Amino acid sequence: MSASNEPSAGALRSARSSLIGALGRQFLELLETVRDLYRVFVLTLYYSVRGESNRPAFFRQMYEIGNRSLSFLSIVMGFIGMILVYQGGLQTQRVVPDLSLLGATFLQLLVRDLAASICALMLATRVGAGIAAEIGSMVVTEQVDALRMCATDPIDYLIRPRFLACLSMFAALVVIAAGVAFLAGMWTAHAFFGINPRTFANVSMVTVGDLTIGLTKCLAYGAAIPVISGYCGLTAFGGSEGVGAATTRAVVNSSLAVIVLNFVISGAGYLVFG
Amino acid sequence: MSAETSSGPSPAFAGLAQRANDWLGLIGGFGVLFVEIVRRTLRRDFDRAEFLRNLYRMGIKSMPIVTVTALFTGGIMVIQAAPIVQRYGAYGLLGWGAGFGTLREIAPLLTALMINGRVGANNTAELGTMAVTEQIDALRALAIDPVGFLVAPRFLAIVITLFLSTIFSDALALLGAAYAGLGFLGVEPAVFYRGLTTGLLGFGDVAHGLQKSIVFGVVIGLSSCHYGLSTKGGAPGVGRSVNSTVVASAAGIFVLDYLLSFALS
Repeated sequence: MSASNEPSAGALRSARSSLIGALGRQFLELLETVRDLYRVFVLTLYYSVRGESNRPAFFRQMYEIGNRSLSFLSIVMGFIGMILVYQGGLQTQRVVPDLSLLGATFLQLLVRDLAASICALMLATRVGAGIAAEIGSMVVTEQVDALRMCATDPIDYLIRPRFLACLSMFAALVVIAAGVAFLAGMWTAHAFFGINPRTFANVSMVTVGDLTIGLTKCLAYGAAIPVISGYCGLTAFGGSEGVGAATTRAVVNSSLAVIVLNFVISGAGYLVFG
Repeated sequence: MSAETSSGPSPAFAGLAQRANDWLGLIGGFGVLFVEIVRRTLRRDFDRAEFLRNLYRMGIKSMPIVTVTALFTGGIMVIQAAPIVQRYGAYGLLGWGAGFGTLREIAPLLTALMINGRVGANNTAELGTMAVTEQIDALRALAIDPVGFLVAPRFLAIVITLFLSTIFSDALALLGAAYAGLGFLGVEPAVFYRGLTTGLLGFGDVAHGLQKSIVFGVVIGLSSCHYGLSTKGGAPGVGRSVNSTVVASAAGIFVLDYLLSFALS
């Protein structure tokens, strides 16, 4: 139009519209991803209730997700327990000299939040990357298309066993990992601050509300990680590059989901239980 | 593997020896790669354009997830501290409580985990794809040094990205914490910031977290480049490499975090 009169205004307008266009495109892509994720989640739930049971696959995934993550999770949670008690003890000494409630506070924090959330972040990297890499390789080598040719839904055959296995093993892993973290913390408290292990093992601050919040988090993370990584694996395309990209997306999106779910559940739990 | 174990004295022992051998190989690989990268860096013998391009792709493109993570993490810290603060009525100490945990531990750790997931995994996938499609062999055939051309720029970009992202996420996590305090506890942000700055926290706490972030960056950079370069076996091999990278870096981050907490205090 009046490009000869006001070249800068036209350029500005096109720049602005391209910016808005880019934002809108991103928003639409996000909406589409959320819709697809919702669809995969609902289908997984549907097949979990209605599908035929596939015991061997379920047990293999339980072993793969549960048993094989145990040493990794124990190492990480052991170190986390030692770090938190050490740093927490140092900081508390600056304000109050009495450290007798350190153990009780630490246990409450573990039950409420840290055991489930740190385990979930670790599983999002280990299990999430594993699921996406496995399913993604199947997609780019056209094994998933072969499944579809055999009239089998990949969500039923591939994602459902992983979903059920993750859901059932996650709570067990969190309990074991919390135990490891607590023992490591107890040792640190004894070695660095001279706190008697009997004083440290104090469950008086853990309430029903804390347990409920912790278990809700276990369920939510256990359901979110396999669904998100399975979806990322199924949407892989384009050879080995595609598998790498799908794995990256699975780790990032599962970790973000864990952090956002943690915020939502912690906030709701605080408002409900105080 | 099975043929070797059946001829050996004890399959369990052979398996253990194999694993120990793998571990030693891994540590040796990290060491050799690190020395080569440091040598190229000191001689400034790495590709400048590739370095800047990776800095943009890793640093700027990770801003959204670092922002979201930091804001929510700050909020979570305040929600976890809320019952204790309310029991003692110590609203003035909320800034201190959330601040020391965030600056010393949680912000560097979570930023490192997110960067590990996004940048580390992506880097391994890219180098792994180059390895399985023989592009790295092609570079060697053209007498281009793959460490100077591909690895050193990526390694430096990862370390710098993680350091700067940690500063960024420290600030954003405190912002998120201040407004979560307003929303859940009714503590004014001004009170929160006063609790942060009245002397219990110092620059030492910030520096503690930043020093850690450099070490985490070295861990992520080394493991992602090493696993990427040693990828074998097509598309499934790339998936396996990415998986091993994120697991190795995450375990390394937590173990070094513990050791550094002692070394720095």
